[in-house]
Order: sequence, then C-alpha cells, then structure tokens
Amino acid sequence: MSELTRETLVLNMGPQHPATHGVLRVLLELEGEAIVGAEPVIGYLHTGFEKEMETRTYHQNIVFPPRIEYLATFIEEQAYVLAVEKLLGISAPPRATMIRLILAELSRIASHLVYLGTGAMDLNVSSLLMYCFRDREEILDIFEMVSGQRMMHGYFRIGGLQWDVPTGFTERVRTFLKTFPSRLDEFETLLTDNLIWRERTEGVAVLSAEEALRYGCTGPLLRGSGVSYDVRKAFPYGGYDEFTFDVPVGVAGDAFDRYRVRMEEMRQSLRIVGQALDRLPEGPVLIDDRKVALPPRGELVRSMEAVIHQFKLVSEGIHPPAGEVYAAVESPRGEKGYYIVSDGSNRPWRVRVRSPSFNNLQALPVMLAHGSVADVVVAIASIDIVLGDVDR
Amino acid sequence: MTDPTDALVGQLGAGVVEQTRFRDERTLVVDKAHLEPALDAAFGLGFTVLTDLTAVDRHPGVPRFEVVYLLTSLVPPARLRLKVRVADGETVPSATGRWPGANWLEREVYDLFGIRFDGHPDLTRILMPDDWEGYPLRKDFALVEEPVQFIGHTPKVPSQIIPKSKQP
Repeated sequence: MSELTRETLVLNMGPQHPATHGVLRVLLELEGEAIVGAEPVIGYLHTGFEKEMETRTYHQNIVFPPRIEYLATFIEEQAYVLAVEKLLGISAPPRATMIRLILAELSRIASHLVYLGTGAMDLNVSSLLMYCFRDREEILDIFEMVSGQRMMHGYFRIGGLQWDVPTGFTERVRTFLKTFPSRLDEFETLLTDNLIWRERTEGVAVLSAEEALRYGCTGPLLRGSGVSYDVRKAFPYGGYDEFTFDVPVGVAGDAFDRYRVRMEEMRQSLRIVGQALDRLPEGPVLIDDRKVALPPRGELVRSMEAVIHQFKLVSEGIHPPAGEVYAAVESPRGEKGYYIVSDGSNRPWRVRVRSPSFNNLQALPVMLAHGSVADVVVAIASIDIVLGDVDR
Repeated sequence: MTDPTDALVGQLGAGVVEQTRFRDERTLVVDKAHLEPALDAAFGLGFTVLTDLTAVDRHPGVPRFEVVYLLTSLVPPARLRLKVRVADGETVPSATGRWPGANWLEREVYDLFGIRFDGHPDLTRILMPDDWEGYPLRKDFALVEEPVQFIGHTPKVPSQIIPKSKQP
C-alpha cells in the first residue's frame, strides 16, 4: 500500500447528532473504519449555574439542581438540600428522609429507563424505547401526584419537604413495585439473550478499572469495570445505611457489563423502595426550626412571631455559619456532589457542582481507542451522559 | 485505627499552613511548594482518586484564589480536601501526570477563574467560547442583564432582589 492512501480523515460527530443524547461534539480521527483519535468537545449547554447560584439565596437555589441534571431530578434536589443541611448542621425529620429516599430511588429507575430506551434505540431496537417510556411515565405520574410537577419539582426543602405525600401514594408505589419486575424481565428477554445486542456491546468500549479510577469515573461506569464503589455504601447519606441492598459490579468493563449493572441496579432500587414503604414512619415532614423552615400557614393568622419569621425567611433567607461542606449522593450516573462555601451571609459564596458525567465523558477517548466508528454510539450510550450535567 | 489525614499532617510538617475541621470534614491548606509532595503523600496513604478539582475566588481576600483538591480513598472510605492559595497570575503545578482526569478539571478552572496550570498538555477554554473575554466565576465578573432598547432602563444584576445580608 502506498503512503498516500494511509492519510486519516477528521470527522465531526455532532453537535447535532441523534446519538449524542444532547449537544455533544466528538472530533473523530479515522483511518477507514478504525478510530485513530477521538476528542469530545463540550460546552454547548453551558449555562453558568454555579455563577447563578452565587447570586440567590439558599432557598431560591433549589430550582437549579433538577435543571442541571434533568433525568434524575429528585436525586439532584436531594444532593443540594443535603449539602445545605450539612452546612447548617441539621437533618430532616425521619418521615421526610424516607420519602426523599423513596422518590430518589424511583428517580434512579426513571433515569435508567431512559438509558435503556435510548441506548437500545441507538442500536436500532426501537420498540424498547416505547416500553421504557411507558414505565417511566408511571413513575412520572407518581412524581406529579406528589409534587405537582413531572420534572423540575422543587419539592424538597431545606430541612424537609414542601408538604406531605397525598393519600394513595403508598398504594400507587406498591402497584408499581408489583408490576415493574415482570417488565424488567421482559426487557431482559429482549436484550440480554439477543445475539445482535450482545455482539454490539460485548467487548466494546472497554474501560479497565485502573483507567476508570485515574479518570475519576464513578457510577455504573466504574462498577461495570469491577470496582465496587457506591456512595450509598461508602459514605452513607439520607438513611441508606438502614437498608439491605447489593451493589452490582461487572467484570469486563464493556458496554454489556454496564448494561447488566444498570439492570440489576433497578432491581435493587425496587428492593430499597419496598423496604422503605414498609417502615415509613408517621410524623412531620419539615423541621420545626423557624430560622430555617417556613412556619405552617395556619400559624400565621394566630402568631405574630410566626409572621416575623415568615417575613425574615422570605425577605432575607437563612444564614448558615461560615464554612465549607461537600455532600455527595449516588446519582444514576455516579457521584454527584455539591461543594458549598459559605461566608455567613444569606447567599452561598461558592457552589461547585461535582458532576459525574463530566468525569465519565472524559474517559471516552480511552474507551474508543482501537475501536471502529460504529462503536462510538455504543460507547456514548453506555456512559449515559446528560449534557446538562456535563456543561452545567 | 489512625486517621490517614493525621498521618499526612505528620509527613508534611511545616508544609501545612492551616488545617480546619468543619462538620467532620478535614481541610488542609498547604503552601504551593509543598503541593506536589502533599498530593504524592496523600496518594501513598490511600487517597488514590481525584474526585474533584476546583477553585474559589476569595476576592478581595489576599491571596486571591484557592485551588481545591478533593481526594477520596476507596478502602477504607475517607475524604480529604487539600487546598493551595495562589495570587492572581500565579501558576499551580498540574496534576495531570498522576491523574489524567485532572485534564478537563484544570481546563475548567482555567476557563472560569483564569488560573494557569504548569505542565498541562492543553490549557484551553472548555466550557466558554474560545473567544470569550474574562473569567466568569471571578467575583469581579459582573452578572448583568443583556442590554435592551427600552428608554430609562439601566441593566442590573438579575435576581438580586433579596439583598445580601449577614447574620447580626
């Protein structure tokens, strides 16, 4: 072969490409079908959330987290309110903690269903998307019932919840717990033993455990490579230490193992939700600290003090002590952390969102090394990125 | 069991400028000359994962910036926050040699704060457009409304309807 025919071709994949799950551009250097080099180019969805959060009070900032990562909205809200609660040195009442946990685990299932549906659609299994979204709708209906919104709920409060769950909530979740396992089995019969699915995912987009750790990858990406790191187990938060559940890990670190890990995680989430419903305590859902949480409506007509507290909280907000905290949760994509620096005023001095997708996406070139151009969509789908989370 | 952070403080000696504990989180501030030995020592003590790398603008505080390294140990689970303080225009040694994952994190800090990292393979903007002027997360980078063509309208900082206040 002469030297002339060996030149490489640079291909722009994205920013507008259906398989990039948002606005991601990947610069691919190709030699025929083989990938010589790959470079993700990000920033198309950068909205400056961190800067915005510095200009608002702690309570106003609750609107941002679900907009940063819009697939697992309750987990995002949980991460932010837990960070502020840690800063204040308070914790929510047991009933609020448990409801948060139930909603967070349902969010995880809802997010993994989007991964499964879109990831399969990228490989042309288009019918699965409909099934996944059918079940996701059921979860979103529960969310709407609880908070009034299907997404962007703003339901969690610093020190608890906006209001208690409506009657019929537990029955509705229990119905879902009953129907969903058989649906998961259906998905698995469609994919796990499907020859095409296995050929396209096994041994594709391999990431070794060492590389995953060096790149700071977390979540199913890291666990698919065989490292059993789950924030819920390593640094328990929000009551997870009281529950029994397993952390599934993979072996090969390929796209198929990540798929298996996520499927098993959904089953584990169901297990956690079932346990939580069994021991859902009665009681208040908002902390009884008038410097943090708004007084109940009924008190305002009877107590002058309640009116003053209400006025101070709405017009000034809360004043946490000066200091800095980092609170992390296990989001469907990995470790989601909020690092908040307070100077003692009513607005955070600095809010840093540690996003799992940002770190995970950085390892894309490693996964694509020695791959072929058809594997790019598989690799991107198996990371399960949310571009809003990458760019913030 | 001894706290690995205590062992680290012992190893670094005078390199630790300040240490704080707040809500059970340990933070060590090291001077710039001791940053790389500190990261090496922390790695040796099991803090092998660079979970996060970011910066805080302390304007008008001096020195102006804090570069924050959040390290995680998987077994046993532990966290450690290391900080180094630098003035505007000063550089920080890059951590990309040990953690390739620091690449994008350092680019983000450069993009949003303007802190340069020595030895970084490709220190360019990552989130903002390449031709952007200024560093958005600096405290003196004003967040203003886009100009509109109404008469008598002065652009203001949005969403500052609730003024900044300190606890009396």
